[in-house]
Amino acid sequence: MIDPLVASASVIAASVAVGLGAIGPGIGQGTAASRAVEGIARQPEAEGKIRGTLLLSLAFMEALTIYGLVVALVLLFANPFA
Amino acid sequence: MSDLLTLGYSISHQTSLAALEVGKHFYWQFGNLAVHGQVLIVSWIVMGVVLIAALIGSSTAKADQRVPAGFQNFMEYALEYVQGIAKDQIGEKHYREWVPFVGSLFLFIFASNWLGALVPWKLIELPEGELTAPTSDINTTVALALLVSLAYFYAGLSKRGLEYFTRYIQASPFLLPLWVLEDFTKPLSLSFRLFGNILADELVVGVMVLLVPLFVPLPLMILGLFTSAIQALIFSTLAASYIGEAMEGHGDEGHEH
Repeated sequence: MIDPLVASASVIAASVAVGLGAIGPGIGQGTAASRAVEGIARQPEAEGKIRGTLLLSLAFMEALTIYGLVVALVLLFANPFA
Repeated sequence: MSDLLTLGYSISHQTSLAALEVGKHFYWQFGNLAVHGQVLIVSWIVMGVVLIAALIGSSTAKADQRVPAGFQNFMEYALEYVQGIAKDQIGEKHYREWVPFVGSLFLFIFASNWLGALVPWKLIELPEGELTAPTSDINTTVALALLVSLAYFYAGLSKRGLEYFTRYIQASPFLLPLWVLEDFTKPLSLSFRLFGNILADELVVGVMVLLVPLFVPLPLMILGLFTSAIQALIFSTLAASYIGEAMEGHGDEGHEH
């Protein structure tokens, strides 16, 4: 029913999308967290603001990984070529 | 188009201990329009919960009472939180008229994410598909994102009139394609961020329950609660930021991502 070439290509593409999509945001979030910890260490009374900004920035970077996940989900569960 | 994973197939052929379903929907027909019934049902429940909480919170207020107590105190805290979001992004002068919009976004998304994760929806059997958080359906998040798009265009046009359209060529005429693209990517990224986060959280919890039904999924469920609350905050903060940016122009680039 589904062309085996399309199926295997979709599976490989889905896994590559998720895998590669996690590299950049992973590095970015690590850098952001390290700078945030540094900031708190320099000025402990600014912890509330720093933590708030950190969480906001983490969520933005997380979104980039999620885009890769969405592509993978579309390929696996709503494949337009199947 | 959908996938059904069952655990326990080798152990027993009659019953399955856990199952994970993606892509099956409970369709309602209105003429030749088919809608996802399960999303509408849970959306109405979420709206009902938020409305009832708001009504109860404000009904116990007495005219001569200076210090709020109990549930009213909690609802006032929620209101102050939402006002804080709007004030931080839009500015002192104009934030008040946008508090209802930003607040509704925050409360609806927060309530739907947490109700979708905490309430045992599996107890209610649907003929097709299952009840889950409405924000895990791309239609809901796209609708919310388009509302935000509409809102920031309305904010820009009502505050600055047709002069609002000069923003396309304000910095440099060469950047026109960039700003036009930004008008499309803003709702796109808003909707996909929320949809991806909530669906990913549900899939992860579903797969974990499929593999190890007891205790091990708990940390992931708590992480899911935390990230879905953050996503509600992000959505409303970005919505307020776009509205504030549309009203005052590109003078303040501090909130771009």
